[in-house]
Amino acid sequence: MADCVRLSDLELGESAVIEELALSVSERQFLTRFGFFVGAEVRCSRRAPLGDPIVYSLDGSEIALRAETARRILVSRVEAKR
Amino acid sequence: MNHLMPTIELSPPRPQQPIRTVALIGPPNSGKTTLFNRLTNLRQKVGNYPGITVEQHTGIILLPGHEVAVVDLPGVYSLDPHSEDERVAVTVLSGGMNGVPRPDAVLLVLDATNLARQLTLAAPVIALGLPTLALLNMGDLLAKRGGSIDAVKLAGELGIPVAIVSATQGTGLSAVENFLRQANEPGRTTTLPLVQDFRECRRWAAEVARQSDYLAPLPPAWTRRLDDLVLHKVWGPLVFMIVVGAVFQTVFGIGQPLSNALQGLLADLGQKAGSFISNGFLRSLLLDGIWKGVSAVLVFLPQILVLFLFIGLLEDSGYLARAALIADRTMHSVGLNGKAFIPLLSAYACAVPAIMASRTIENKRDRLATILVAPFMTCSARLPIYTLLIAAFIPERPVAGVLLGTRALAMLLLYVLGFVAATTTAKLLKSSILKSTAAPFVLELPEYRWPTLHSISLRLMDRARVFLQQAGTVILCVSVVVWGLINLPLHHGQPPELEQSVVARLGHFIEPAIHPLGFNWKIGVGLLTSVVAREVIVGTLGTLYGTDPATQSMSLQTALQHDLNFSGAMALLVFFAFAMQCTSTLAVVRRETNSWSWPMIQFIYMTALAFIAALIVNHALSVLN
Repeated sequence: MADCVRLSDLELGESAVIEELALSVSERQFLTRFGFFVGAEVRCSRRAPLGDPIVYSLDGSEIALRAETARRILVSRVEAKR
Repeated sequence: MNHLMPTIELSPPRPQQPIRTVALIGPPNSGKTTLFNRLTNLRQKVGNYPGITVEQHTGIILLPGHEVAVVDLPGVYSLDPHSEDERVAVTVLSGGMNGVPRPDAVLLVLDATNLARQLTLAAPVIALGLPTLALLNMGDLLAKRGGSIDAVKLAGELGIPVAIVSATQGTGLSAVENFLRQANEPGRTTTLPLVQDFRECRRWAAEVARQSDYLAPLPPAWTRRLDDLVLHKVWGPLVFMIVVGAVFQTVFGIGQPLSNALQGLLADLGQKAGSFISNGFLRSLLLDGIWKGVSAVLVFLPQILVLFLFIGLLEDSGYLARAALIADRTMHSVGLNGKAFIPLLSAYACAVPAIMASRTIENKRDRLATILVAPFMTCSARLPIYTLLIAAFIPERPVAGVLLGTRALAMLLLYVLGFVAATTTAKLLKSSILKSTAAPFVLELPEYRWPTLHSISLRLMDRARVFLQQAGTVILCVSVVVWGLINLPLHHGQPPELEQSVVARLGHFIEPAIHPLGFNWKIGVGLLTSVVAREVIVGTLGTLYGTDPATQSMSLQTALQHDLNFSGAMALLVFFAFAMQCTSTLAVVRRETNSWSWPMIQFIYMTALAFIAALIVNHALSVLN
């Protein structure tokens, strides 16, 4: 996984697959509820006006995470489809 | 490994009894509450589950011939008991919750526009083995946005009946009645994933949706377009400020005058009724004790209703989540989250509705922190004592030309003081006892929807009832006790002059403790009576100085100048900025945290802070003079 980046580093509109959640077990379990788990595809859809939190699209939902959380989620970029 | 036993086979049991209790369960944002309101209308009760802050909503569905009790469970994504909400859901469903009968059946509410995801909860719910009806809510939206689902195939996949409904429109709900009447028909065998594995459940959900020909609706174009505006770098904050300004203006500009008008009206009513009672003591008890206590409770209602009207509109439309997204960055810097913004802002008017409004914060620790710091915000009940003391002790001189004088500056400083105390306390709490390590801040941005009158009016009634029943009683009791302190002991069957009353003796008793702050016993009495409400101190001081021969002829301002020195007066201002002189707030904190320990901790913390700050101010100013 040489091309892993932080989820927080995705540009607007970029998609990626989650590779690793460098978080505590309870934090991971909590984020799993919202669809953030290894193998899930996420797209960076917007940023709050002050830049943080960042909104991600996954499975048709729009979910915002703080950059401090997104920074600890490692993803690999997916080439834009269509 | 979990994957070695990926599925379990089961067939739901067949209950012999008619259904008496049904549980309503669904993920957050599935429209569960709207559905609960639709099914039960006003036949609802709200309380707290024992020992925890989760609200317990129960209601009655009227069927021809019998009634079915409905327990509205908190919104959950799974039944793994990791969060308090999930633990409640699991405990109620298994019949282990005190005071809640074990449900005979389950109504599973899922958002039809997001079905592939929401079906995840179906696995653990069906695995409970109770007769279950899946309600695909927002069926109207699904169709409108070009999506579809084969409900018959889905029922086959899940092994339970499925109905497409719309809680906001009230369509398809006859299925619930039919289900509740016939739920003892034989269940079918079904195949489920291992329910402890959330990802497994999710994969299963996606597969079930595919097998049932689920066509996901088009992305909500309007929501995206609106978000382009509302979350725009420039327009977003502008819209935010307009909305927030409107909330603040309405609570302050409409809610408060309404409260004042109501107070006047209630006082008039009391006077009129009182003229029919000849016995002085009885009249005083009924009028100044009980009726004033009742009024003290009722005057909060306009503000609570106005604030909750706004919160209802914002939450149901979906904007509240956007507002939280915009405010989060700023609120995060003081250790709170974006959803604390509106509650804290409304605490400038009054902490009581503000603390009730903190219920929109899902994270329990963030909510508690918000509740604990809200009373530091300068509420309007502090203004009478602020204006009195400032007018009496601070000479008006220009500080910045015509723009700012010494008195306005003093007022401004008091606001800043409250704000700094709130944010510092929040930071302290969030970096120590209320540190959230388990749950990072996650905010789901739901689709925009039109709020409905039905849902908002039920919400308003719900909050009014919660306040009157569960906080109002405490406020009333304290009002009557304070009345007793003022009106006892009796002298020849008559209530005593204030100087001879129990409260005056208590004032003298605490004088040694407050003397270092620069306060005399009269101020002490004011501090004691103002636990009912902060502004009461002005009336008490008025009475005390008005009956004292030495100060009788003076206005309250002049009397205070006579009796209190500058440093003591400033200490009193600072004391009121910090102290928790408000029973109503304590009563609401007790209700919202479902415990007496949090309001006690809060009371002790704020009083200690007020005491120390006043002590420092009094001494520092005395030395300077």
